[in-house]
Amino acid sequence: MKQFGLIAAVLGVALTVAGFMISGLDRFFQAYLVAYTFWMGVVLGSLALLMVQHLSGGVWGIVLRRPLEAAVRTLPFMAVLFLPIALGMHSIYEWTHETAATDPIISQKALYLNTPFFLGRQVFYFVVWSTMGYLLTKWSAEHDRTGDPALLDKIARVSGGGLVVYFLTVTFAMVDWTLSVNPHWYSTIWGLLYIGGQGLSAFAFGICVLVMLSQTAPMNRVLTTHHFHDLGKFLFAFLMLWAYLSFSQFLIIWSANLPEEIPHYLTRWDNSWKYLSIFIIVGHFIVPYSLLLSRDLKKNPGRLRVIATWIIFARLADYYWHVAPEFHNDGFSFSLLDIALPIALGGIFISLFLSQLRGRALLPINDPGLEKALTHHVH
Amino acid sequence: MTSNALHGVMAEFDTGQALVDAARRAVAQGFTKLEAYSPVPIEELNDIIHKKRTNLPRVVLAGGLTGMATGFGLQYWASVIEYPMNIGGRPQASWTTFIIPSYELTILFASIAAALGMIVLSGLPQPYHPVFNVERFSMASSDKFFLVLESADPKFDQPVTSEFLRSLGAKGVYDVEE
Repeated sequence: MKQFGLIAAVLGVALTVAGFMISGLDRFFQAYLVAYTFWMGVVLGSLALLMVQHLSGGVWGIVLRRPLEAAVRTLPFMAVLFLPIALGMHSIYEWTHETAATDPIISQKALYLNTPFFLGRQVFYFVVWSTMGYLLTKWSAEHDRTGDPALLDKIARVSGGGLVVYFLTVTFAMVDWTLSVNPHWYSTIWGLLYIGGQGLSAFAFGICVLVMLSQTAPMNRVLTTHHFHDLGKFLFAFLMLWAYLSFSQFLIIWSANLPEEIPHYLTRWDNSWKYLSIFIIVGHFIVPYSLLLSRDLKKNPGRLRVIATWIIFARLADYYWHVAPEFHNDGFSFSLLDIALPIALGGIFISLFLSQLRGRALLPINDPGLEKALTHHVH
Repeated sequence: MTSNALHGVMAEFDTGQALVDAARRAVAQGFTKLEAYSPVPIEELNDIIHKKRTNLPRVVLAGGLTGMATGFGLQYWASVIEYPMNIGGRPQASWTTFIIPSYELTILFASIAAALGMIVLSGLPQPYHPVFNVERFSMASSDKFFLVLESADPKFDQPVTSEFLRSLGAKGVYDVEE
């Protein structure tokens, strides 16, 4: 798996260089935004799930905690990877152009959408996210050593407040990163839509990691079909949450039928983007939803991993569907970079993730719920 | 007493573990028609005795699909066939807006199917059951554990089966009359 990360990173970077030669700099930055938002979805989703499981308890949280923590501890490194977006703002964001000052709609948004404030916000988000991740994982490691119950109290308190902060910061961050790609259009559900998507990405990724861990000692003696059944149910629930939020946005805009809102869907339906839209509906919802209805499938780690991997792929298509049509409103457009950059960033992220995962015990040793997690049985 | 009028043979145990062991050995002997009675839930027993999965998931799925069809059909009938109205110039069969009520009815019908299906598939309501003919059986809701090998089982043979149950360490073995 370690090699997998490195190979993906090298292959991705090589393909990126090739794609860069073919498609040029603008295309590079646009594809980078999709790839980066996608992998940050796994990281931020892990941060949210980590806080949720600290508050809710439950066996699923105990077996998934260390993979989530490892993903969260990549945050400071992932922050560095934001730099290309900061450098490529001119290629991505129309509101940074000279013409924006005379555009009647963008000029009114200039108070919020201007380069210094944008960059300042990004610094703020990454400091907040990294700090939350640092505190949660530091205290968790300390609890492994000491078993001091006061630490669990502190973790719970940070998780409670942290979730509120997570919802607010991610909403603003996603408005900045992807919604402002088209500054003429807006959607108030945008942040939640991404939050649901991040939870789905993080669960799909976590399931893949746990299935791999369950194939070798020592985790093969810990993880049973009951754990995977629980995780499969969560994956199913998050898939429905994503579909619910996506459909809500569509239904509201479709019902209102306002000229300033409908372009978002018209650019994705009245041309060859339609095929990607249909793929998202079928591949991101109908197929995985129907399969995950089956209890046998959720209890089968091998098959669950196939579905989880498929969902990760569909998530990437969804991010692409959100961003790319804004740059190519006349029809479907695809560049080598659109696949190379997700591979490159994924390789880097997985390498970082694994080096973090390796540093600690795979289970929280002193957790009061560990006993129950090890003897997890039917409910 | 003839074996026709016999529901089965009942064995009494003091502990849940003894019941689990006995059930396991009875199944190993090839008994298929048996039932265990216990004052507390014992999760292992279900895996030992009830190897076949119930049809409940299919009942729930059928309920859900019926609900979806009902919800969609109701709206289609109302807004296209019976009371067509022009609302903001939208098509009469605005399936996008039909989805939410259809979804709600899917969930409603699926839950009702789950609740009713569970009751019916469990064989409830059941005003009469032969096991209550055994006087000691009243202890099944107190602190004793019972295993019944039923006469419908092809391997059932009253004296042999009773002897077998005694060999499993039963505290008492009783005939259960129909």
